[in-house]
Amino acid sequence: MIQAIVFLPLFAAILAGFFGRQLGNRGAQMVTTLAVTTGAVLSWIVFFDVALGHNAYKVTLAEWMSSGTLDVYWALRVDTLTAVMLVVVNSVSALVHWYSIGYMSHDPHRPRFMAYLSLFTFAMLMLVTADNLVQMFFGWEGVGLASYLLIGFWFKKPSANAAAVKAFVVNRVGDFGYSLGIFAIFLVFGTVGFDEVFAKAPEIASQTFNFLWFEADVMTTICLLLFVGAMGKSAQLGLHTWLPDAMEGPTPVSALIHAATMVTAGVFMVARCSPLFEQSQTALTVVTVVGASTAFFAATIGLVQNDIKRVIAYSTCSQLGYMFFALGVSAYSAGIFHLFTHAFFKALLFLGAGSVIHAMHDEQDMRNMGGLWKKIPWTFAVMVIGTLAITGVPILSGYYSKDMIIEAAYASHAPAARYAFTMGVIAAFFTAFYSWRLIFLTFFGKTRSDQKTFDAAHESPPVMLIPLLALAVGAVFAGMTFYPYFVGDYRAEFWNGTLTMLGDIDIIEEAHHVPTLIMKLPVIMGGVGLALAVLFYLLIPSLPKTLAGAFKPVYLFHLNKWYWDELYDAIIVKPSLWLGRLFWKGGDGRIIDGLGPDGIAATVLNTARKSRTLQTGYLFHYAFAMLIAVVSIGTFFALGAVTG
Amino acid sequence: MIEHLLTLLLVLPVAGSVFLVTTPTNHPASDENARRTALVTTLFTFALSLLLWFGYDKAEAGFQFVERVDVIPGFFSYHLGVDGISILLILLSTFLMPICILASWTAIKTRVREYMIAFLIMETLMIGVFSALDMFLFYVFFEGGLVPMFLIIGVWGGARRIYASFKFFLYTLTGSLLMLLAMIYMVVTAGTSDIPTLLTYDFDPSVQTWLWLAFFASFAVKMPMWPVHTWLPDAHVEAPTAGSVILAGVLLKMGGYGFIRFSLPMFPDASHDLAILVFIMSIVAVVYTSLVALVQEDMKKLIAYSSVAHMGFVTVGLFTFNQQGLEGSIFQMLSHGVVSGALFLCVGVVYDRLHTRMIERYGGLVNIMPHYALVFMIFTMASVGLPGTSGFVGEFLVLVGAYQSGSWVAFGAALGVILGAGYMLWRLYKNVVFGQLEKDDLKAMLDLSMREWIVFAPLIALVMWMGIYPKPFLEFIEQPVETLITQTERNQTSNEVAR
Repeated sequence: MIQAIVFLPLFAAILAGFFGRQLGNRGAQMVTTLAVTTGAVLSWIVFFDVALGHNAYKVTLAEWMSSGTLDVYWALRVDTLTAVMLVVVNSVSALVHWYSIGYMSHDPHRPRFMAYLSLFTFAMLMLVTADNLVQMFFGWEGVGLASYLLIGFWFKKPSANAAAVKAFVVNRVGDFGYSLGIFAIFLVFGTVGFDEVFAKAPEIASQTFNFLWFEADVMTTICLLLFVGAMGKSAQLGLHTWLPDAMEGPTPVSALIHAATMVTAGVFMVARCSPLFEQSQTALTVVTVVGASTAFFAATIGLVQNDIKRVIAYSTCSQLGYMFFALGVSAYSAGIFHLFTHAFFKALLFLGAGSVIHAMHDEQDMRNMGGLWKKIPWTFAVMVIGTLAITGVPILSGYYSKDMIIEAAYASHAPAARYAFTMGVIAAFFTAFYSWRLIFLTFFGKTRSDQKTFDAAHESPPVMLIPLLALAVGAVFAGMTFYPYFVGDYRAEFWNGTLTMLGDIDIIEEAHHVPTLIMKLPVIMGGVGLALAVLFYLLIPSLPKTLAGAFKPVYLFHLNKWYWDELYDAIIVKPSLWLGRLFWKGGDGRIIDGLGPDGIAATVLNTARKSRTLQTGYLFHYAFAMLIAVVSIGTFFALGAVTG
Repeated sequence: MIEHLLTLLLVLPVAGSVFLVTTPTNHPASDENARRTALVTTLFTFALSLLLWFGYDKAEAGFQFVERVDVIPGFFSYHLGVDGISILLILLSTFLMPICILASWTAIKTRVREYMIAFLIMETLMIGVFSALDMFLFYVFFEGGLVPMFLIIGVWGGARRIYASFKFFLYTLTGSLLMLLAMIYMVVTAGTSDIPTLLTYDFDPSVQTWLWLAFFASFAVKMPMWPVHTWLPDAHVEAPTAGSVILAGVLLKMGGYGFIRFSLPMFPDASHDLAILVFIMSIVAVVYTSLVALVQEDMKKLIAYSSVAHMGFVTVGLFTFNQQGLEGSIFQMLSHGVVSGALFLCVGVVYDRLHTRMIERYGGLVNIMPHYALVFMIFTMASVGLPGTSGFVGEFLVLVGAYQSGSWVAFGAALGVILGAGYMLWRLYKNVVFGQLEKDDLKAMLDLSMREWIVFAPLIALVMWMGIYPKPFLEFIEQPVETLITQTERNQTSNEVAR
């Protein structure tokens, strides 16, 4: 069954990709959508069997690489953590496939789009079912490829092409760290299989080895290297710059890849490697700090963005930060729980935004929207549900998972936990503000679009609305229903040892017993955020502009995304190109060729030119030269005879 | 199995070219005949070389399919034999040959017969390099390869072909002369030119360094390693497409093969001592040439510089002296042979249509050439080492090995993986394939023809096979690499005992 789940999307992708013309648009859409839908149904069966029935298992498919003591297998590992990811990936992917049939209905390249979506799903499934670090890396780079292809799907747009390459290259920086982590693990552990590595982790802890001429703690080094990979894929502070640009891709892509699944791969990886991270408090602290900082920083940028998709993109970045600091304080199950609920409401928000964009004929700037709720009531309704969920309104899914994380951060005694708690609470306030700002700017007030576009705005077809409704159901109920399993009373049996927590205290248990005020705090912050958004965008619409004018530098700093792109351009991109040119023209051209072949050739030519003047063509010159030679040789031998 | 299989492999292409010499040139169909003869010959050679694949006993150490005739005892013998490493390199050569002939089918219009003869002779010389077990025999093949390539660039090349071919000749010959001197010294000292005997001969450690350096001069130029790489971009740019394929695909591998056959096992002490030099040169090569590739304007030059970077991985792997590093290095040579060859063919496809290699002259090709875009994408991804393609397996194993030699070696070399994505995707693929189709002369370009698909299909299949299931290839080199490691370690241990 697991083989079917993983490989059906691959076959569908091959069929739609290579035989798209023969299958036709409808055929390609059906093949891919049905394959992934089947996968989704099977995933839920696996989920009930493995996560609730505790039947974890492994299937070895073939040997991949074998060299000396290094053995890498193609294998599918199914345990609770994998089962959770299977459900997330396949459910969202299936809904996105259906949605895309409607959303992309005017695109000339529909089979190609569907093929890429299915290819992505396959790579993501390989990632989550990996039984060793190298196969995970295969999925890791595979989703990177699919992401690259999908961001650049509209290949005629230069901005889309640039964004696609940026996503790939920035991720390569992360993968650089990840792969060094794999090499270090092989050096120290002698294997790359999860079970063997995890079993040996306790005895390796507190050992040191030489890393780049420093004597470094083994576990800390390995975990930090792996975490660099996670930062790239999950767009954490410093390596986040590709994610907002990735919004150049079609909106279903943003929902599937850049919200629900691929960007959570980093969270998944750290959770998977919890037996390693648990051995290094330093690494956990770094994870906490980076996660908490990202949660805060991305939220601040989200406050002032005008592109509807960019707001949601920064929101994703911020929510991923939450997941990471949950992992950092060892509340792995809380982090994964948030990953699970976030997949539903964030995919919902993105697809809802897609529905808005669809209605507005590809308008993405919220400054040109407004008053749309009557025009697209269904979209409006599900977007509000998504917003209620993300802002942590009680009973909806975000409430359960986000509160859990904030409480865990409060309860934890880990070094950076208090910082994470503070950032988390502030970011919760920001989240509420920017989420409601989005709703108010888009759906309320008088329209700011031109009348023609506004009149033509129309609700999306059922093939798009039904997936939205399905996700809305998830956004409402996913938290409530699965709370007891992920972080509640049944958590021990549910996780069944797939997440490791060392230390004396059970952080989740502690989190259940924090003061009532702390428990209520996120909801209060959410309420304050909502109130402020109401004030800014419904009651006194002139206020934002006044404030932006009054605090211009602060506003611009956030509007321009803290100038990360400009910074990287100045310190990495430009110097690289400058060095490239220097090495090419100066190094290769002037120095190597100048002193080497060209220099020698010039010298030879010069000598030849000079010696040519000797060849005068006058017979007596040659005769004279010969005479000198004969005399010299004769003298030489004569002298030799005399002295010898 | 067939007796004298290796001799037969050497003779077949020459026989094809002799046949071509005897055909008339003034007949209207003679060009077509020359192409067909060359294609049939190379296909037949490839089929025959497959017998090596099936007949080789992977478990057994040492050389197989051995043939020996002593011409001048102790000084020169016709001694052939192969191990798993050389078999894969021979197969790479015979596999690329028919592809080259097909790729030249319409691109070469002048002196077709002579062109085909040059390629067939080239094939014999390449097989000879990888199967010679006598040092001077090796030298003859190794240097002989210069001549047809010199002619291919010099006669059928681009505008600056004379400059390029002389640069190529000057560089490689200078290196080779030092190697010849070293070889003469070795024969005088050890009393034999027989490679298997020399493999067990212990040269004095102080002499080893000099001999190692002399061989290094030759192999480093061939690889090419930084800073003696500048002949390669020029040679590639001027060479006809098929010439570039052979140059990148096989000729560069002769340098790596030389390290494996001579430097590492014959001068183990020097190899260990100078490994750090090789590491530094390789890392500089990876970073330096990747940065240079980032700003190239000519598609072929970009791929040529990327070749130098990829060869940097090979040299890193060779001097790790461990199983993963060496196997990865050999695998990387094979993979690079296929992938860079394919990339040059990709450039050739558009060059044949528009007669320019300038990146800025293209853009938006995907609009009218979707098949081409797909093929180009596959090889681009293989070049940046995406897992699932052959490029990943080689790079990964090399870096696993390199990390064991020192984390800084893996760290430095792995920088190339980031930069590789930069120059291939940002500089090359994006600007050539993606974007709007704006230039008028591009609008009439045709997508891949049937012949071009036949050229690319086997390359794609091989890249995927080697990426997803590399086991059969790794099995071939496992035993020879183990042997090689014992050879590189023997003097280390005996020296330690002596101390």
